[in-house]
Amino acid sequence: MTVGIVMLVHTALERAEQVARHWDKAGCPVVIHVDKKVPRETYDRFVAALADRPDILFSKRYRCEWGTWGLVAATQSACARILDGFPMVRHVYLTSGACLPLRPVQELQDYLAARPQTDFIESATTADVPWTVGGLDEERFIYRFPFAWRRHRFLFDKYTQLQRFLRLKRNVPANLVPHMGSQWWCLTRRTLTAILQDPARKTHDRYFRRVWIPDESYFQTLARLYSNNIESRSLTLSKFDFQGKPHIFYDDHLQLLHRSDCFVARKIWPRANRLYEKFLTQPAGVSGRQEPNPGKIDRVFAKAVQRRVRGRAGLYMQSRYPRNDSKNRVTAAPYSVFQGFSELFENFEPWLAEATGARVHGHLFAPDRAHFANGQTTINGALSDSAVLRDYNPDAFLTNLIWNTRGERQCFQFGPGDNQAINWRIAKDPNAQISVISGAWAVPLYRCKAEFLDLRQRAARLQKIESEHLSVLRSSEVKARVRIWSMADFVEAPMEPLQAILEDIGSETSRRLSEVPRMVDLSGFGQFLQNLKNEGMHPYLMGDFPVEPEEEPAKQAKSPRPYLVR
Amino acid sequence: MGILGSYRMRWARKRLRYRARLKRYELSSIVDRTPDLKPDDILLFSTLRNEKVRLPYFLDYYRKMGVRHFLIVDNDSNDGSGEYLADQPDVSLWHTESSYKKSRYGVDWLNHLQSRFGHGHWCLTVDADEFFLYPFCDTRPLDALTDWLDSCSIRAFGAMLLDMYPKGRLEDEPYQAGMNPLEIACWFDSGNYSMERNPKYWNLWIQGGPRARVFFPHTPNRAPALNKIPLVKWDKRYAYVNSTHMLLPRGLNLVYDEWGGEKASGVLLHAKFLNTFGERAVEEAKRKQHFDGSFEYQTYAKAAGNSPQLWNSWSEKYINWRQLEILGLMSKGNWA
Repeated sequence: MTVGIVMLVHTALERAEQVARHWDKAGCPVVIHVDKKVPRETYDRFVAALADRPDILFSKRYRCEWGTWGLVAATQSACARILDGFPMVRHVYLTSGACLPLRPVQELQDYLAARPQTDFIESATTADVPWTVGGLDEERFIYRFPFAWRRHRFLFDKYTQLQRFLRLKRNVPANLVPHMGSQWWCLTRRTLTAILQDPARKTHDRYFRRVWIPDESYFQTLARLYSNNIESRSLTLSKFDFQGKPHIFYDDHLQLLHRSDCFVARKIWPRANRLYEKFLTQPAGVSGRQEPNPGKIDRVFAKAVQRRVRGRAGLYMQSRYPRNDSKNRVTAAPYSVFQGFSELFENFEPWLAEATGARVHGHLFAPDRAHFANGQTTINGALSDSAVLRDYNPDAFLTNLIWNTRGERQCFQFGPGDNQAINWRIAKDPNAQISVISGAWAVPLYRCKAEFLDLRQRAARLQKIESEHLSVLRSSEVKARVRIWSMADFVEAPMEPLQAILEDIGSETSRRLSEVPRMVDLSGFGQFLQNLKNEGMHPYLMGDFPVEPEEEPAKQAKSPRPYLVR
Repeated sequence: MGILGSYRMRWARKRLRYRARLKRYELSSIVDRTPDLKPDDILLFSTLRNEKVRLPYFLDYYRKMGVRHFLIVDNDSNDGSGEYLADQPDVSLWHTESSYKKSRYGVDWLNHLQSRFGHGHWCLTVDADEFFLYPFCDTRPLDALTDWLDSCSIRAFGAMLLDMYPKGRLEDEPYQAGMNPLEIACWFDSGNYSMERNPKYWNLWIQGGPRARVFFPHTPNRAPALNKIPLVKWDKRYAYVNSTHMLLPRGLNLVYDEWGGEKASGVLLHAKFLNTFGERAVEEAKRKQHFDGSFEYQTYAKAAGNSPQLWNSWSEKYINWRQLEILGLMSKGNWA
């Protein structure tokens, strides 16, 4: 008793010949089907090349177009040929010309001999698995598909739409429950004979002739009728990408393939010389390996699909550029933006760096240059501090900064004196944490000794800008985590907000705040605001500051809780 | 844009092809080995001028990668490049004395050669100082990539230009014929590129890198474009619009994913900054045969006087393609 190999060959005939000889040498009879599209002379040469092997036969040729009936017809006739021609065959293994046996053939023969009644065919109902690409899962069984998807895509789509519109459903033959699965199976003589000699075969064939991709459903469905013992898995290692195309194996997959312990792999790149050399010349005999274990290969290919479909978050590059309206248009990692803190506290930046271990920059969007941490003029990724380069594309500046420093938390200062072009971008970024002490821009004005009229103008401008920024931060489209305190509220009880900010950043949360940053001396600030008001410019963003500082905080009852926008 | 826009693009493409057909009279064939071409050969197209010192390594690099034939336009070299190329067994050579600028920086000449010889072939269009890298290029030949692209019905493959530079002054380590220029110029900027989508041609417009940082800090909008689509399964109806930055029909420019995924892409290592550069910048600034009135070269020429230092402490040293993949400059996409 042995296993018979059916090979469906389309291209790379010299590789097919090599593999057929390999099977033959190990005592497996082979029947080859060559696609009718292969020119006559090429085919004749191929047949002549294998003429020296009596156990390698050829079956009637059909035109095999992907997704059409031809492939099933070819398989049927090749199977009939192998069952008739070789009575010793107990299992028939369906392979393609791009398949490569990875283990000694003897191991496959032993494996099957130990399971003489088992049919290895992946077979699942459409309702239960989300395999199909392009949506036609159930529909492939209830509509007709007379047009080839590859050549007549337009007609294919239109005819399907028409049938949907007219609700022209077909009846599935009564005894059949549509199943699908990999077309690379290994069936027992018993099951295969039952399928091929079924009195109702004509009905089945007529039905499947107009099903889409029947090679993934014909045997998978009919095996369910006749087999008592289905192992719903394929013995062939075959991975598919996100468009349903098989992944291809190259020389550098040698170790992965070798360790997978699978019997057969597809699809092999025809010029992968090392793979063919290694696996077709390995010593016969048994290595004592057991069940196939494709886990590692699965992971490699699953990652590839993931990369193609989801990509690396926060990366903007030549082949990944999420649209403006895409939910994927985010930065690579969480970061924090502080507005008003370095104005209100003398040593906010070093304090924050100390307390969190994050990298704390100054005003990155300042008009003169990007104030990177520690006064650097360039930062990771050779990102320059030039304001011109930054303002040429502030979006890219931000995403580059966060991408380049991934693994390290970034914090930076922001304010109404900075480039505001980045506001919406940050507000819509779920990775951003924005903490604002509104009105704190007035502190440096109050502390600097300049012409009051000039101060008044600057104050008016800054207030207008900040007020616009705040309305952005309060809009319903904001995805960032936003906290806004008026300066008056913040000054009254700064500990709680600072603690909350540190907790957000997430380092050393367990420890209570041991050291607080030093607040600037605000005596006389109330008077300064009053002077502005007297000049007709009403500063309102900072809340109420009494003209004379009160003796003791009497307004203890008013809790300075931050309010969260989302 | 709609139908009208598409129609305009169709005419723009026809105009480009017509230009290319007119410009064919400027080319005189020196050596024509194109009858040797086989249907699946990967072809390389290039225009060059006075690059003799770079040619031995350049040809070798691409031969090893799997390029079967080189189709080269020699724009009036006087350093022996033409003679050297004519002697190579896999080079077909054309010569012209006409203006590089008037042929739209060589694009017209190459468009003509591509439509005549490239139809149905995978065509790589690079300059003599550009070295193509693609995922797995250390273990898989170029036709593994093109076979895979064919099987995915992908017609164009993007590869961003990555400017390479040495540490120290350009003159410190002179380049000799046959040397790997990337042994001298082995540093690059890894994360200061900015990009935008071009609504007209649908390509990404990438700028940045050391050139924007050092030569164009005050005029970033004039910094050179770094987006390139050098590898295309050519069809005689295609045309490059502007260097290899973009093509028509526009669908070929969609080498990026807009929904968060990554398409496979490569990198063109740009080994321009060698000791030969300063001299060249001065000459090209005078000839004014380059883009934007050779503004780029004029800026370089001015800077080169002060011996420009491109290297800084955040420069990355080049190791291999996997490093560039991790840094996010190129991607394997779903090729595994």
